[in-house]
Amino acid sequence: MYVAVKGGEAAIANAERLLAEKRRGDPAVPELSTAQIEQQLGLAVDRVMTEGSLYDRELAALALKQACGDQLEAVFLLRAFRTTLPRFGASEPIDTARMQVERRISATFKDLPGGQVLGPSFDYTHRLLDFSLLATGGEPPPPAPLGEAEPESMPHVLAMLDREGLIESEIDRRPDAPVPDITRDPMTFPADRAARLQGLARGDEGFLLALGYSVQRGYGRNHPFAGEIRFGAVEVEFVPEELGFAVSLGDVAVTECEMINQFKGSATEPPQFTRGYGLAFGHCERKTMAMALVDRALRARELGEEIDSPAQDEEFVLYHADNVEASGFVQHLKLPHYVDFQAELVLVRGMRRAAEAAAQRARPLAVAAGEE
Amino acid sequence: MAALARASTERLESGWQALGQPAAYDLLRRPEIGMVMVRGRSGGTGPKFNLGEMTVTRCVVRLESGTLGYGYVAGRDRRRAELAAVFDALLQEPATHGPAMRHLVEPLEAELAAAAQLGREKAAATKVRFFTMVRGE
Amino acid sequence: MNHTQTAAPSPGFADPVQDSQRAFRGLLDAIARPGTIVRLDAAVSAPAPLSAAAAAALLTLVDFETPLWIDGAAATPEVLAWIRFHCGAPITTEPAAARFALVTDTVAMPPLDAFCQGDDSYPDRSATLLVAVEGLEARNGFRLTGPGIEDEARLAVEGLPPGFIAAWGRNRAGFPCGVDLFLTCGDRVAALPRSTRLEV
Repeated sequence: MYVAVKGGEAAIANAERLLAEKRRGDPAVPELSTAQIEQQLGLAVDRVMTEGSLYDRELAALALKQACGDQLEAVFLLRAFRTTLPRFGASEPIDTARMQVERRISATFKDLPGGQVLGPSFDYTHRLLDFSLLATGGEPPPPAPLGEAEPESMPHVLAMLDREGLIESEIDRRPDAPVPDITRDPMTFPADRAARLQGLARGDEGFLLALGYSVQRGYGRNHPFAGEIRFGAVEVEFVPEELGFAVSLGDVAVTECEMINQFKGSATEPPQFTRGYGLAFGHCERKTMAMALVDRALRARELGEEIDSPAQDEEFVLYHADNVEASGFVQHLKLPHYVDFQAELVLVRGMRRAAEAAAQRARPLAVAAGEE
Repeated sequence: MAALARASTERLESGWQALGQPAAYDLLRRPEIGMVMVRGRSGGTGPKFNLGEMTVTRCVVRLESGTLGYGYVAGRDRRRAELAAVFDALLQEPATHGPAMRHLVEPLEAELAAAAQLGREKAAATKVRFFTMVRGE
Repeated sequence: MNHTQTAAPSPGFADPVQDSQRAFRGLLDAIARPGTIVRLDAAVSAPAPLSAAAAAALLTLVDFETPLWIDGAAATPEVLAWIRFHCGAPITTEPAAARFALVTDTVAMPPLDAFCQGDDSYPDRSATLLVAVEGLEARNGFRLTGPGIEDEARLAVEGLPPGFIAAWGRNRAGFPCGVDLFLTCGDRVAALPRSTRLEV
């Protein structure tokens, strides 16, 4: 018989106190401030904002501090917090062509208007541990050198191909159509590309990275080229219902990746390049590249391609990309399953008894058979 | 006004102090913290999609003259939204437009432009200058 | 922001968080126990013809994601400005496109089936109607039975359009689809969810 029990309050309270002590670590070591996390662990903050689906650097830094640096836990904290806030509405779409660019590179064209701007990047570092960073309290690095900023704008690289008709156009043909929101309405399949992009934008970087990698290795191969990657600040504008015109809310930092992919053409479309798109809060280059690969893979149905790989299967991708859902369901296995397990135990014991009884009954026959 | 939305609380406070005589106003909508869903476009120019939310604080004030000022600013700073709303109202009033421009908006726009220019110059220093390797004769 | 709007809308809730939570609790009680009259008495100075209860319900339930249909009698510039300011709701002229509807003139009211009924997959996406009535008493009047009512409830309503009982019967017959009603009168509100049976 199962008896309902109650208890554990003291254990839980003490476990929380132990966690608080662990979080703080050795009190002889100075405590980390959220400003330090925001400034010096900025890429961790960016990932938490992107997957937590809430742009707020201070809150993301706080979540990281509270989560002892566990990014998925921090994402969870941010997602939980966002449910407590009212939503005022949706912004005007951000215009990434008007980005204040910190970094902008293209792997498809060497020379392009605005040039190849490397910005702050790990790409050309030697990946050797820098032991000088072991020391703290020294002088900050000297200011980065200044170059001559050219007034020229930085048009999207793919727009050049578009002008020649060599790549599919990205035009909003139904500007008044409602925009699906997977945080309001459950995902339905087949999913609209807008719903997929939202799911991918908040999806787990590790999961998307693995799927993107699988595409490159031949599972739904679509011959990608990194057409353009750019990172910087864009203005966000919002039209309050009571005003009826757009006001500026300030800037957000975003990373954008546009992949160029082959397309052999169809009965109605001439051979041309197709696109995969990635966009994320903060500086999340690897994330947006993986997102763009998976976005393109998920367009297989629309482009009449054979669907035979995981990255092309939208139910598989979108139902498993969210790390809050995934970690919740995996980790719920830690919760008491005493009753479930009791039932299993009774069942297995019963089956064993039945199996033993059957073996008992079979034995004399076997003996008899052996004697013959 | 884009400059007000980008101003720090400290910058707004100092602009407020610089005005000297504080304007009387009441709060038609007390500062309220919420979110706005940020939208992007597939391919940068295509159909809209929801990227994720950002925190936003809004506030609406009314001057004694009845003029309304709206503050919508990124983040969760109530005082910042309130001051942005007050300046939005003051900028609409003929008597206070000039001082508000002089004491806050103009210097602020200059600071923001300088910061943006510095960012562009730092980025420009990382621009690749390709040169062709010519085979010797 | 170069706008010249000077006509300030009258205030909404004095304490938006507390007042809207209290009103939500009240509306929830009303719809969970059909026929029960609940007071929504937060101080709201909404423009006429909005009653205190209708105003509180709007402030609590309606926002930028819920298109609102307003009848001609209520669609004054003051009411529209008040709703835009406090609720941020888009106003629609199509009853079928509305998630909420505000009815202050029941004689000219569109038929119940003109409003969104929801569908079998998402019956929750139907419209909720806020209907202003002239009298509301929890005795005599209609006999209410159905979920949320132990035996029967009594509700006397003045000012419903002719033929309402029959129209309500058709609405109920469409269950799980159909609209839900909040009847408002002054600072009082009672609910008729689609599951409630109404008899004279």
